[in-house]
Amino acid sequence: MAMEQQTDNWKIWEVFIRSKNGLSHKHVGSLHAPDAEMAIKNARDVYTRRSEGISIWVVPSEAITSSAPSEKEELFTPADDKVYRHPTFYDIPDEVGHI
Amino acid sequence: MDFSLEPRVQHLLHLGDNALILGQRLSEWCGHGPVLELDIAIINTALDHLGQARMLLQHAGKQLEPTWDEDKLAFFRTEKQFFNFLMLELPNGDWAKTMVRQFLFDTYNYVQYEALLESSDSGLKAIAGKAIKEIRYHVQFSAEWVIRMGDGTEESHLRAQNALEELWPYTGEFFESDGFSEHVSTERIAPLPQSLQALWKEKVSEVLLEAGLTPPELSRYRSGGRRGAHTEHMGYILADMQYLPRLHPQANW
Repeated sequence: MAMEQQTDNWKIWEVFIRSKNGLSHKHVGSLHAPDAEMAIKNARDVYTRRSEGISIWVVPSEAITSSAPSEKEELFTPADDKVYRHPTFYDIPDEVGHI
Repeated sequence: MDFSLEPRVQHLLHLGDNALILGQRLSEWCGHGPVLELDIAIINTALDHLGQARMLLQHAGKQLEPTWDEDKLAFFRTEKQFFNFLMLELPNGDWAKTMVRQFLFDTYNYVQYEALLESSDSGLKAIAGKAIKEIRYHVQFSAEWVIRMGDGTEESHLRAQNALEELWPYTGEFFESDGFSEHVSTERIAPLPQSLQALWKEKVSEVLLEAGLTPPELSRYRSGGRRGAHTEHMGYILADMQYLPRLHPQANW
């Protein structure tokens, strides 16, 4: 109970880490923190202690809008039978080598 | 062990013991942090201190005749052969007390290690170069917490203020000089403790002002750590820390 009271006003934050220059920030998980600045510090301690990153973003979880699970069919299944959208139908000349 | 130490070795033990005893104290938070995120954060800090202790004690031990390794220095010295500040051996108390202690000491450590980057002892200079990056983070972290607790709820303010009043008298010895500190400052190995006080006070006051916390008037302070004269808490820490290696000196993992 005491724990719940203490953390009641701590928001949940989503954490994004850039592992190296040139790569994009990737979602790695979430955590509790009282404000944005402490969220960065907590993220540093929780998610980068094994040299996982060089940059951190934190976003309040409540600021994220997500797609509704109930709309899964209309959102995603139409793409399933359109394999031609994958760039796998081109012949790659040998000179290009391995991509 | 013959404990008529050369001043530069005693100075290294003083630095190493500060890191070791604080690291040992902080590790008591493991599994007991107020929330998971802070449990991990404070243990990261404890490990930073243990890492610094290891380097400093190695450096000190190589200068002993015969040499001692860092484990032997940590586990086979007695209470009076430790030279850490008294504040660092005090029990952790609540999160407020731990953070206020961290803040007061981290700020001192920051000012001190910035100066040690210019040490004439190349080994110590290299250690300071590595440690200062950790210390800069430590002081940011504890300062942010002091501000949030001082300027937080009535309860958090009260706890932080009480902690400040209890711990403040232990800051006096940070700036005391004695035989070895004067010697190492003459040799340009380390700054004279007294010379760090103005900058420490400026940095501490800035944060306390923002936190709305008021340090007590310091008329008397507790000291003795640099000379090996400790509080009643020191023996218990050593018992915890040294029990296993003393019972099984060959134990390994």
